Amino acid sequence: MTKSAECKSLLESLSDYVDGTLSEELCEEIQRHAAECQDCRIVVDTLQKTVYLYHATASEPADVPPNVRDRLFRSLNLEDYLCN
Amino acid sequence: MPELSVEALKSGDRDEFARLVDAYSGPIYRLATKMLGDQQDAEDVLQNTFLNAFKHIRGFEGRSSLATWLYRIAANEALMMIRKQRPETTLTDTALKDDNGEDYSPVQFVDWCCLPEDEMLSSEARSHLDQAIHRLPEKLRIVFILRDLEGLSIEETSQALDLSQTAVKTRLLRARLNLREQLSSYYGERLQDRSKAK
Repeated sequence: MTKSAECKSLLESLSDYVDGTLSEELCEEIQRHAAECQDCRIVVDTLQKTVYLYHATASEPADVPPNVRDRLFRSLNLEDYLCN
Repeated sequence: MPELSVEALKSGDRDEFARLVDAYSGPIYRLATKMLGDQQDAEDVLQNTFLNAFKHIRGFEGRSSLATWLYRIAANEALMMIRKQRPETTLTDTALKDDNGEDYSPVQFVDWCCLPEDEMLSSEARSHLDQAIHRLPEKLRIVFILRDLEGLSIEETSQALDLSQTAVKTRLLRARLNLREQLSSYYGERLQDRSKAK
C-alpha cells in the first residue's frame, strides 16, 4: 500500500479507533502507521482530543433554566407540579 | 435516569408524565440549544417535543428505548425548525455529496494537544466549541450531538434518526474531522500566542 493510501485507510477507521471499538489488529496497524507518519499522528491525537473536549463539556449536568422549566410545565398543563 | 412506567404514561398518568419531563427536559433542551444556537428556538423545540410525546405516547411500541424515542421527536422538531427558517435549504449537505472521502481529508496538521486543559476548556474556548458545532452541516450536526454530546450508541442514533448504522458512522466521522479542523485553527492560534509570549 502506498503511504497516501495508508493515510486514507487510517482515516476511515479513525472514529472506531477513538471510540475503542476497532479490532486489536487494526489498532496496532494505526499505531504503527502513526509512529512513522507525523501528519497522521497529529490527526489521530488531535481528533482524540477533539472528542475528549466535547465529552468533557457534555458530562456536565444539562439544566433547564427555571423560567424555561416553568413555561414548559405550563404549556403541558402540568403547572401543579411546579413547586417540586 | 429514573425508571419510568410506559404503561402509566400510556394510561395518561400525569405524575409519571411530570417525572418524564423532569428527567429528560435537560438533555432535550441541550440538544435543541446546540442544534439551533438560539434559546427561544430551543425552548420551542423543547415544548413541542413533550407536547408531541404526550400526544403520541399511546403509539409508542417499544422498538427503541423511551429516551431514544424522545430524542427522535426532538431531532425531527429541530430539523423542521431549521427547514422552516431556511426553506431554500433542503438539508442535503454538500459535505456528504462526495463519498470517496476526498472532501473530509485533513488539511491542518498543528499539534495543539500540549495546551493546558484549563485553556482548552476556558469559557472563551467553550464558546468556540459551540460555534464549531453550529458551523457543521445540519445532518452531521445532529449525529454528532446525539452520539458525542448525548452519549447515544451508534444503534440508538440510527434508531433516532432512521438512518443505517453505516450512515451514522460515516456522518459521525465527518463531523468529528470537521470539528478537528475548526479546533485546529482556533487552538493553533492559541499555541502561536503562547510561543510569542515566551
